[in-house]
Amino acid sequence: MSQTLTATGFMGLDSGLFRGMSLVRPVPVESAAASTSETPDQRRAAWMAAAQSGDRRAYEKLLADSVALIRAAARRQGVAPDHLDDVVQETLITVHRARHTYDPTRSYDAWLTAIANRRAIDALRSRGRRDSRELHDEFALDSHPDIDDASAATESQQRAQRLRAAIAELPPGQREAVEQLGLHERSLSEAAELTGRNTGALKVNLHRALKALRERFHGES
Amino acid sequence: MSDPRPYEALIDRLGTELVPVRRLLPPWLRTAGWMLVVAAIAVVLLMHYGAEPMLRRWAGTPDLRWAGVGAVITAITAAWAAFALGVPGRRASWAWLPLPGALLWIGASGLGCLRTWIAPGTQVASMHQSADCLVFIIGFSIPLSALLIVLLRRACPLRPILAAVLIGLASAAASASLLEICHAYDAAATDLLTHALAVAVVVAVNAAMGGRLLSRA
Repeated sequence: MSQTLTATGFMGLDSGLFRGMSLVRPVPVESAAASTSETPDQRRAAWMAAAQSGDRRAYEKLLADSVALIRAAARRQGVAPDHLDDVVQETLITVHRARHTYDPTRSYDAWLTAIANRRAIDALRSRGRRDSRELHDEFALDSHPDIDDASAATESQQRAQRLRAAIAELPPGQREAVEQLGLHERSLSEAAELTGRNTGALKVNLHRALKALRERFHGES
Repeated sequence: MSDPRPYEALIDRLGTELVPVRRLLPPWLRTAGWMLVVAAIAVVLLMHYGAEPMLRRWAGTPDLRWAGVGAVITAITAAWAAFALGVPGRRASWAWLPLPGALLWIGASGLGCLRTWIAPGTQVASMHQSADCLVFIIGFSIPLSALLIVLLRRACPLRPILAAVLIGLASAAASASLLEICHAYDAAATDLLTHALAVAVVVAVNAAMGGRLLSRA
């Protein structure tokens, strides 16, 4: 036990000192993958251990392999099928940020599932909060019907309102990206700093949000 | 369904950002590190006050000694549980770990109130003197909690409020243990009440603020 810990400690220290030299470090990924007696969990654990020391190929294989597990965990928590993508995305980002907390002597699947469960619960909670707000919006629309909808000004106002409502309905990550990058016209780095998300996640979120909005408005018109 | 293609861009991006990381030390080792800081403060206090007053009180009243031992056990186990909860995949039942220590601490302190004799070389504290204990426990809890929060932010506490409650309990118990060194009063009801109040304040403030601080990690 103590031997393993010491080795791990040195490896970590070594990695910290030689960040750019991940290519020269021997990584047991291929041999690990080749072994047939391994369970999928053990294979993923070996990939994560390699990723912790900077092996990008092992890391990308691991993340692609993790998607199914995350979706399964989110479904078990009761996340609706059209929101699974957001949970997967948020979980992958958390995995990236928390990858140093994984202990290769333990199960990777248990580690990943714990993060996925938490992100699924977060998604369900924020969905619940948004639904309760939307109820009030509908009520407001009912009690203030538009009478003079013939004028062009009112029409564009309505369009803006519909767009705002559609943005409000987006999942939190996507909504944040649209608000920061689109509405407030902030730069990627500014938005990343404000939201605490990385620029890659913001870009992906903006792309998905625009796609969702486009689909929605094309469907309507 | 599990087609990873829609996430290709994100996975590719995360892959680009990949740098080697230093693995988190196991929870017991991180606990030991924090306890080392507490021990260093204890050594400073012992050098200042000497061990004699504490040992004299303990020799006269065993329940005070057990309360002190209970507080130390609570501090260690609560910190350990908090560090364990900082690692995804560890069971939430880790949160029960400090319970036996806390029961000993609270039980032995409560027993002190039922005694009819008073510990040698001490007196029953007045309200004013009890306020000093309150200030001591809260004052020492602030830096000890802050240190635990900093250490836990490096981990990934998926249950931030539970972890913050454990941080509060650990730092309040550690402060109460340190107070034993320079505590000149017996465990009378007023004193016990202030200790309980101080611990409750520390735990509540941590739960309210620490949860928020940890969840940003």
